[in-house]
This record gives sequence, C-alpha cells and structure tokens, in this order.
Amino acid sequence: MSVSSIPSAQEIVRFAPEIALSLGGTFVMLGEAGLKNGSRARLAVMAFLTLLAAAVLAVFVAADPGTAFSNLLVVDGFSTFFRVLVCAAGMLVVLISTNYLRVEGHDSGEYYALILFSVAGQCLMAASNELIMLFIGLECSSIASYVLAGYLRDDRRNNEAALKYFLLGSFASAFFLYGVAWLWGALGTTNLSEVRRLLLDPSAGVDATMTAAAAALLLVGLAFKVSAAPFQMWAPDVYQGAPAPVAAFLSVGPKAAAFAMFLRILMTAFVPARGQWEPVLWTVALATMVIGNFAALHQTNVKRLLAYSSIAHAGYILVALTAMSDTGAAAAMFYLAAYTFMNIGAFAVVTYVAGRGERHVELMDFSGLSRRSPAMAAVLSIFLLSLTGVPLTAGFFGKFYIFKAALDADLVWLAVLGLLNSAVAAYYYLRIIVMMYMHEPSAGAGALPSPGVGIRWALAASVAGTFVLGVAPSLVLDFATASAPLLR
Amino acid sequence: MPEGYLPIFIFLICAILFPLVLLAIFRYLRPSLPIPVKLEAYECGIRAASNARGRYTVRFYIVAILFVVFDVETIFLFPWAVRFRQLAWFGVAEVAVFLSILIVGYIWAYKKGALEWV
Repeated sequence: MSVSSIPSAQEIVRFAPEIALSLGGTFVMLGEAGLKNGSRARLAVMAFLTLLAAAVLAVFVAADPGTAFSNLLVVDGFSTFFRVLVCAAGMLVVLISTNYLRVEGHDSGEYYALILFSVAGQCLMAASNELIMLFIGLECSSIASYVLAGYLRDDRRNNEAALKYFLLGSFASAFFLYGVAWLWGALGTTNLSEVRRLLLDPSAGVDATMTAAAAALLLVGLAFKVSAAPFQMWAPDVYQGAPAPVAAFLSVGPKAAAFAMFLRILMTAFVPARGQWEPVLWTVALATMVIGNFAALHQTNVKRLLAYSSIAHAGYILVALTAMSDTGAAAAMFYLAAYTFMNIGAFAVVTYVAGRGERHVELMDFSGLSRRSPAMAAVLSIFLLSLTGVPLTAGFFGKFYIFKAALDADLVWLAVLGLLNSAVAAYYYLRIIVMMYMHEPSAGAGALPSPGVGIRWALAASVAGTFVLGVAPSLVLDFATASAPLLR
Repeated sequence: MPEGYLPIFIFLICAILFPLVLLAIFRYLRPSLPIPVKLEAYECGIRAASNARGRYTVRFYIVAILFVVFDVETIFLFPWAVRFRQLAWFGVAEVAVFLSILIVGYIWAYKKGALEWV
C-alpha cells in the first residue's frame, strides 16, 4: 500500500456529513444502552440535531468541491443537493415518529440510530462516483430500512413487511452487484467517469453486448429501489405493513437517494449509450405511471393508496430521466424536493389519524375529518392537491418542469401520456378530499387527540415547503439547474 | 468475449470431469461391502447423539450473530498486522475506528441482555 492512498485532511472533511451521521447513530445506540427509561426522549432530540448538523456540514463542505479517496467520492452541487434533501427527510420523519413510538410503546433509541445509519448510507449514495461505493451506500441504507420496516416486532403486519422488503430488496441488490461485476468484466473499471470515457472512446474496443448486459442488470437493481415497474410489487405491501412514519421515510429517503444514484449512473456513465437506454426507460416510465395510478384508483386503505401514488410519482420522475438531459436531471431533482415535503406531510397526517395500533387507516376513517379536526383536514388537502399538481403548490411546478424536459427532448408522446396519467391521479386524491369534507363522520368516531409537538412542526415545515416551492420554485430550481451539468 | 476466460472454462470442465472419471474407475476396482453403518450420519467418528433436525433454543441465534461479528473482525485485523509497519499510524487510527464501532455494538448487546443466558 503506497503512502499516497492515505487520505488528506481535505478529503476527510468532504466525508464529514457521513462521519457526523455515523457518530450520531453510534452515540444514540450508546445512549439507548446507558440511559434510564425516563430520559430516552433526549435520544430523539439527539438524532434530530445530528441530522441538522449533517445537513449544515453538507452545505459547509460544498464550499470546497472536489473528489475524495482516489475518486471514490465526489462533492459537487448534485451530491450536496441530495445530502441536504435526505437529511431534511430524516428530520421530518424523526419529528413525526416520536409521538407514534410513544403511543405504540416502542419508544427506544434503536429506531433513531437506524434512521441515522440509513441516512448516512443515503448521503454516501448521493456522493459516490464509483459503483462499489454506491453499492455500499445502498446496502447501508437498505439494511437499516429493512429493520425499520419491521420495527414493531410484535405486530404481524410489520413482520410481513420487513420480511418481504428484506427478501426482495436483497435480491435486487444482488442484481445490481452482478451488473457491477459485468461492467468490471467488460470495461475493467467501476468508476463512473472512467466508464463514460471508455464508452466514448472508439479505440477502447468495448464489448457492446457485455456492457448492455451490465447496464440491464444495473437497471433491474435501480428500478427495484425506486419502485419502478415491473419491480414495484413490493412497495404497496411494505408501505401498508410498515409503521406509518417508517412508510413515510421509505417513500422518500431511500427513494430520493436511489434516484440520485440512478441519475449519476445514467448521466455520468451511460450518456454515450443514450440510444439504447431511451426505449427501455420510456417503457419503464410509462408502465410505472400507469400501474401506480390505475392500481391506486380502487384502494380503500390510505397507506396502500399512498404507496401506489408513490409508485406513480416514481414514474413521473422516470419521465424526466428518460430525457437524459440537464433540464431533465434538474427537473427530477426539483420534483424529488417537492415530493419530499408533500409526501411526508401526507403520511404525517395519516400517522396522526391512524391512532394507536394504526386502527384507522381505511378511507372510511377519513370521512368527515373536517368536522373532527378542521386543521388536519385542511393540511392533508394541501398535500393531496400538491400531489395532484394544482398550481401554487410544489407539485405543479414539479410536473411542469418534468413534462417540459420531456418535450425539450422530443418525447412528446411520453409527456402527453404522463399528463393523462396525472388527470387519472386527480380522481383518487380528490376522493380523499371529498371524503373529508362532504361526508359525515362515521358513527363512533370520537374527537381526535391533540397532535404532538413533533407532528405539528413536521406539518408546518411540510406545508411551508409545499407552498414555498409552489410560489418561488426558482429557489431550488436554480440550484438544481446549476448542479445538473456537473454530473457529466 | 475476452479470451482471458478460456482457462477458467477449461478448469470448469476439468472440475466436472474429475470426480465423474474417478467414480467410474473405482466402480470396477473397489470391493462391494454394503453394511448399515455406512448409511449413518458421519460425525467425526463419534456415534450420532440425536437427529440433526432436533430443536434447540433460539438464544443460539444471538450467540451466532455475535460470533460472526467478532469472527469478521479478525479477518480485518490480520491484513493490518501483516502491513503494520507500512501503514504506521494511519493503520492504527483506522483499526481504532473500526474496533470502537464494534465495541459500541458489543456494549449495546451486553446492556440489552443479549449475553444473559437465563
């Protein structure tokens, strides 16, 4: 081992957000082991502050962009964007989890430690420039998520969700790893910039068949992680079975990080092969939108409905990826930011209404919510309207930029079909709103307890995020547009 | 297809053929002596105590997981020991980080009562 492979202080600083998250997670575990039962509430605060510190550090280290650890990591605008995004998602989830865990009688530190480790993996996914590092980040994020999905271990639905997620997820990871192995066999490198250089170089003698096989295997792994068709079937079962705050986390954090990974692999390594990727991505995007939206139409369980809706949203983002352009990448980044706020917000209200043991997650349980809790009904309506894509909300500009990117890339039909799909989606989102405002509360539905402090703050932040991105999208879009070309 | 894979392919063929050829040859060379002892489970020469599919306590599961953790630890420590001089303080620091993470896991498992048998 040569001396030059010892990392410099500068390189370690570029890794600071991940270090902070891992340290925080470790200390939360120690706190869980050492503290008495009464003082465990501090662990949630500690986890929140760690996530905040990691987000601040991510912004701080972005002042000095560059690579680290022999090109394994890269700190640029793109990685900073996703590092901050997954940390923000983690913070919102911690806020909506505290009360839920207390009510369910599972208020323990491991939950927060797992969230921190998962977010650390997601930050690594956002910042990796090399397939093996991406895989390590992916596994770090996934393994913590598998455990979170089954966190209430006495609950059968939790167990089912965790086992399904684990078996299918590890299978998908294996596909991804096999793809990495094929790419190594075909090109002799796993560095994304090197892959691009070799694909562009006609004298490199790249075996097209082997590279295509590698790309197909990578696509299987990625499509699973973002819950894209035909690898979406785990999502409804897992989101329905997992604890509601965990479902909020799974639908945003790991998904955003997986899209970061997808964008980087696509835009950094495989742009030279865009001709081969486009028809595949086109089909996957369309199938994902159609399956997500049409399956959501006749769901009666709200968690399951939101799971199908999140599949459909993955489809919209894949439309932006199909464009394989800078505007497409920027649109996907903006959409993921918007989606984080509106989806966590929607799940937060579901967490609140579900109550102890999650007994009230059917559509009927939301009927007459405007009488029982006008504020909650109003807030959920905002999130649902944003998910539909109504102007003045974040969802509108998200869809606008995505379909604009598709039109710029001459994907007219995909844009048209996407728009038709979002019209279908309006039906099932509006159905919940109609349920809340135009139906009587079902007999026996008592007054709801006052929401905890955490959920209030999470909802306030999500509503603020949804409106700010809906009124002044340039705040985020300018940054995304500036950082998307860095992928190349 | 790269030519570098040809030796592996030949090796694979040899690996498949070797036992088949040996079994075929010895079928004609060896004496045939079918006795019931030959059908028993082989446990290093000791008479089998019970059925291998019997039940045992789930606590072994946690012991096994802890064993794997510390077993893998040594796999990482050996290369460090071999390269101790070249890696110098950098190696010491890296191993210290690695070990402290493991020790935290150990403390956590201990405090949670994973090592209490009854």
